[in-house]
Amino acid sequence: MINITDKCIELKIEDDILIARKIARQEMADIGFGSADQTRMATAISELTRNVIKYAGHGVCHIVTESSSEEIRIKVEIEDYGPGIEDIDKAMEDGYTTGGGLGAGLPGAKRLVNDFSIESSPGYTKINLEMSRPNV
Amino acid sequence: MQIPILKLKNILLTSIQSDMTDDDALRYQADVVSFLEKSDAKGFIIDITAMDIVDSFMARVINETARMARLMGAKVVLCGMQPMVALTLVEMGRELIGVDTALNLDKGFDKLLEMISEGVD
Repeated sequence: MINITDKCIELKIEDDILIARKIARQEMADIGFGSADQTRMATAISELTRNVIKYAGHGVCHIVTESSSEEIRIKVEIEDYGPGIEDIDKAMEDGYTTGGGLGAGLPGAKRLVNDFSIESSPGYTKINLEMSRPNV
Repeated sequence: MQIPILKLKNILLTSIQSDMTDDDALRYQADVVSFLEKSDAKGFIIDITAMDIVDSFMARVINETARMARLMGAKVVLCGMQPMVALTLVEMGRELIGVDTALNLDKGFDKLLEMISEGVD
């Protein structure tokens, strides 16, 4: 049997960054992810939802957790209808920033999770994050 | 939410709480520098014991605040980083914290007093 939870957080104001990462952490704790993994995912979500607020104005963070007797898994989908990322390869380089940040957000987030994918065009950006562990 | 800035002898002490919005972080930075000017403090401790997430934005704010304090003549120590935060920052792959650090407030205080008496940077 697989248990699934599904949460959707609207990203409109800065406080929503805190809410999104807090919910992700809680959901992960509930199905048995360790605190290192919780911190990794929450930090990645923090980076990416901030980008949404900053560059797109608003978006959605969708958090799905699955737990079976074999495996625990979290999938996070962050979507916005902002201007899009012009050059994804460039945005994934360390130190590259258009917004005066450290340029560590996207590449940093990618390193923290098991699976990372990004699609972007003018008017739509979607980032998927995924993490899974054996259920012990 | 305002971060309290405490003065202890010639040292300023701030303890950042975990859930701080970006606006809070920037206000904190401004509060610290204006407090430093008025207080004539020789040292500044940033305690982050209560923070369970430090992303690259927060790391930048901490770094910048430390550098600003240094420019104003104070020695700076960051202390209380949680193990999982240290792990995440290193895994993110860049040197995100470029300031003197100590394990906890107690050790941070000792380190700062040493730095002040020796006049090292």
